[in-house]
Formats: sequence, structure tokens, C-alpha cells
Amino acid sequence: MRDVYIVAAGITKFARARPKADFRYMVKEAFDYAMRDVPKLKPEMIDGSVCSYFSDHFTRQLMAGIMAQDYLGLCSKPSKRVEGGGASGGLCLQTAYDAVASGRMEVCVAYGFETMSRVTTWKGNEFIALASDTNFDYPVGGFYTGYYAMMVRRHMYEFGTTVEQMALVSVKNHGNALHNPWAQYPMKLTVDDVRSAPMVADPLTRLDICVMSDGAAVCVLASEDAAREITDKPIKISGVGTGTDTMRLADRPHDEVILLPHENPEDYRGLKYPGVHSFRAGRVAAKMAYEMAGIRDPLRELDFIELYDAYTSSEIQTYEDLGLCRYGEGGKFIQEGYPRMDGDIPVNPSGGLLACGHPIGATGLMQAAFAFWQLQGTIGKHFSGDDTLQVPDARRGLVHSHAGTGTCITVTILERGF
Amino acid sequence: MARKPKLQETEKGTVLFNVDPIIIKDHYEVDYIHSYAQDSPFFRGLAEGRLLGSRCPSCDYTYGTPRAHCMRCGDKTEWVDLPLEGRVHTYTTCYFGGEEFLEETPFHLILVEFDGVDTLFLSRLIGVEPGEIEIGMRVRAKFRRLSQFKVTDVYFVPA
Repeated sequence: MRDVYIVAAGITKFARARPKADFRYMVKEAFDYAMRDVPKLKPEMIDGSVCSYFSDHFTRQLMAGIMAQDYLGLCSKPSKRVEGGGASGGLCLQTAYDAVASGRMEVCVAYGFETMSRVTTWKGNEFIALASDTNFDYPVGGFYTGYYAMMVRRHMYEFGTTVEQMALVSVKNHGNALHNPWAQYPMKLTVDDVRSAPMVADPLTRLDICVMSDGAAVCVLASEDAAREITDKPIKISGVGTGTDTMRLADRPHDEVILLPHENPEDYRGLKYPGVHSFRAGRVAAKMAYEMAGIRDPLRELDFIELYDAYTSSEIQTYEDLGLCRYGEGGKFIQEGYPRMDGDIPVNPSGGLLACGHPIGATGLMQAAFAFWQLQGTIGKHFSGDDTLQVPDARRGLVHSHAGTGTCITVTILERGF
Repeated sequence: MARKPKLQETEKGTVLFNVDPIIIKDHYEVDYIHSYAQDSPFFRGLAEGRLLGSRCPSCDYTYGTPRAHCMRCGDKTEWVDLPLEGRVHTYTTCYFGGEEFLEETPFHLILVEFDGVDTLFLSRLIGVEPGEIEIGMRVRAKFRRLSQFKVTDVYFVPA
């Protein structure tokens, strides 16, 4: 295995609908943005690509990955699609990493997209729910917000997490996005706004939940030699981890907590883990990535995090999986301001999925693009001159991509490589 | 006589939503031939008023939602009757849903825990108002008289 760097990234502005651009056009737009950022990278230097999109139902075009490859003019180079629900973008990034780390490619493009506007919101929710067991789960009332509501209800029961703490995540992320020109729904909100929004699945309101989007995102990965040739601001991928869990929430074990180096068994006496309140796959992915990057105390050794906040609740649950605080302390963690821009570790400085949108196959790559720019120190350059969201002297960040009810989760650590 | 080939005229038009860009309705529908395969006894059980789970004869792990092989040790499991009473492990009330279930809102989803069973079972709870459900509340399984051979042939009511 050799070192791998991100050298360029691009995204489209996410929107509820982009009827004038299909998935190929959007990928091309994001790809051209990335290529313009690194003029020394010539198309002939690209060895191949990996593509991610979640749903054949949304796309209704099989082999759409190759159609994007074709449109980008990258045929006849190698390409393949990877799919892992909401984590598809994170898996795409890690698969491109594999291609370069193994020595198979010097430069590999990771691109992803989703076109969710092709059906109504409620049909879209039905498609997403098909990512639950269609024998035992989907027919009961297939609805992901319902599944997440049940998970956080148990989190509230186990740990005393409150709906106001969840609302603070929405306030933070929508507020951060006021300075992100790429974001779909920047908003200045209060806790009352979030709680008085229409109830979708108790206790999650409309403002606890991300939106559907059309969009694409691209990251270009390169070996160390190629990276030094292409850019003077390469960002190193210093850790990759991936975890999985049972498809059915009902099957989640009730065992013991998988510990990170800074935790002790005494912290969790009597706690059944993961149950339905925590994401074991996220903990496994984090542990693996931390070991590879040599991180022992994530709160102190990371400068910012872009994580999967499709729900305010999942952001709180993920603070714990990533070991930023102990299991059960996620609500207190946001209440005490740790993940705010002015806190110890800004979480979702971009505004996250809640505010930026969630075109599923593109999302993990969008998060990586934001993290890449943070570490380059180029947020101002890519955010129309507004560098409010630039984390000062950001040297190491984490990107977290998440699928299903925590069914497949990737954690990738990025570090300044210059 | 010279041939003049021409397509038959048809009134099968296209639903048009917009012209710039052109947005049309593109219909798609399919009936799958779906086998419950190794899970079939569970669905037959529902028609007989039985709620079947599975137990691993090697490690004794007992599943509240059946599976033919044990995820812990890999052995083939055996069918067991689950108790028809359990407790609410967690719950929600859905006010919106996927299109297929939108008309049924609001509805309550619960994960049920059973004594002596290691994993849970997802179902609907009826006969309660929103706000009346609590974690730990006792619930009882009921079965549809006319089976649809769907997991929703069983549902729960307060015990």
C-alpha cells in the first residue's frame, strides 16, 4: 500500500430539481470544476474512475456510471460503479483510494450523483425505504424517518437525550450554511422553529430531516508522485475504515461496547450495545481509520468533521460512535457547544446534509470536497470569497458517510499533505 | 402500385409537464414473482395465528425475526413459536410515509421485545392514540382473519 492524496474536487450546487441537466451533465459540471482547479492535471493523466449512485429506481437507467464515463470523455479507461446506500459516496472515495494505494492507478477520479427530482417526494421516500428488508420491514410502513425516529426514541430513553438538543444540531448546521454558497437550504433558525415545524415521525420534525436533491460531486485522487506534479496543496488520505451492521434494526445485537483507546469498560457498565440506539458500523469504521492514522483521542487530534446528518439525531449518535464524547453524552456535547464553529471541534462546518442537501450517490464526495478545501485552506476561494467557515489552521479532518439504519458506514481521515 | 409505408395513427399521447426543458410522464410498473423461500414457514405461521422466530441449536441464540442461519455461529436455525405477548422496545408515530403508506398515516411503528428472545420484531401497534405509547408497555399480537401472506398479517394491540 502506498500513500494516496486528493488533488482536486468539484461539486454542483445541489437543488431540489435540476431539470435542465441530467446526471451526466451534472457530473461533467463537477468534473470540470475540479479540473479547472488543477490545470497541470491533463485528461490523459487520468487512469480510470469509480462511480457512485444509490438507486436504479431514481436513475431508471442501468449502467449509468458508464454513461457518465462516456460523457466525460474517459472511455476507454477502466471504471466501475460502487453502491452502498447513503454511504455510496464514501465507498466511492475509498474505492478510488484502493485503486491508487494498490498501485493499479496513478490518478483515479471518484464521481457520484443522484437525480431524486425524477419522482415526487413521497415516491422518493418509498424508493429509499426499499433499502430496508422487503420481506420483514418495508411492508410494515417503509419509511426511513420512522426508523430513525424509533432509534432516537430509544437513545432518549437510554441516555436522556432531548428534542431540544436535537434541534440545536439543525440550528447549527442550517446556520453554518448561511456562509456556504453551495448549500441548498441555508437558514437562520431557532430551537422553537425546529420544534414547531410539522411532525414527520415523532420526535423528528421537518427541520430535523435533510431534503432530497439533484447533484453531483467529484474528487480526484493521486499517488504521491502524481500529486506533487499536479498541485502544491495535496491532501493526504491517512486513514480509511468501513463497518457494516444488520439490515434489520430488529436484529441488532445487545452486547458490549466496542471500545476506542481513550475509553474504559467501566464507562459503559450495564449498557447493551449497539441495540437500536447506536451505530456499531460507525464505531467499527472509526476504530479502523483511527488505528491507521494513529489517532488515539479524536476530540483533541482532529480539527473538524464532516459527518452524515441526514437526521439531527444521527449527528448526535455519530458524535458518540466517533468517540468525540462517551456513549450517552451526545446530547450534552451539542448543548455545550463543542461542535459549533467556535467550539472545540467544528462538526459539519459546511452545513452538512441537513442544509447542503443529500443527492445520495454524491453526498459522501461532497463531504470529502468540503473537507479537502478546509485542509487546503481554500474555503474562501471556493465559497465565493466568504471564508467564515474556514476552520483556522485545519490540519486533520474526518469525513463520515453512512447508509441505511447504520447498515454501512465509512470513515476517512484527511490530512494536510504540504 | 407503389408502396407508401406509414405508421398507424394513435391517440396514445404523452403527459407533458413542461416544455423548457421538456418534462414528460414516464410510466413504469412491474409485478415481481417473489418467493419467500426459506422464510416461507413464518408467513404460513401467520395464517395459522402463530408468530415464528428461530433458535440456533448450537449457540441457543433466539431470533425475534426469523433467519434460516445463525448470524453468530453460522449454523442452521430451528423454528420456534414466539410468545404472543411482548413489550415495546421503542416506537414512533409516522405522520408522513412512503407513497404506498401515505394514506394510512398516522400509524404507529414499534419494535417488540419478547422474554427469552435475543432480537426484536418490527410491527404496527393499533388501538392507541399518539402520546399513549411508552417504552416497556405490554403488547399482544393479533392476526388478520383473511391472510395476505405479508408480515402485516400480524399486528399488536395493548395487552
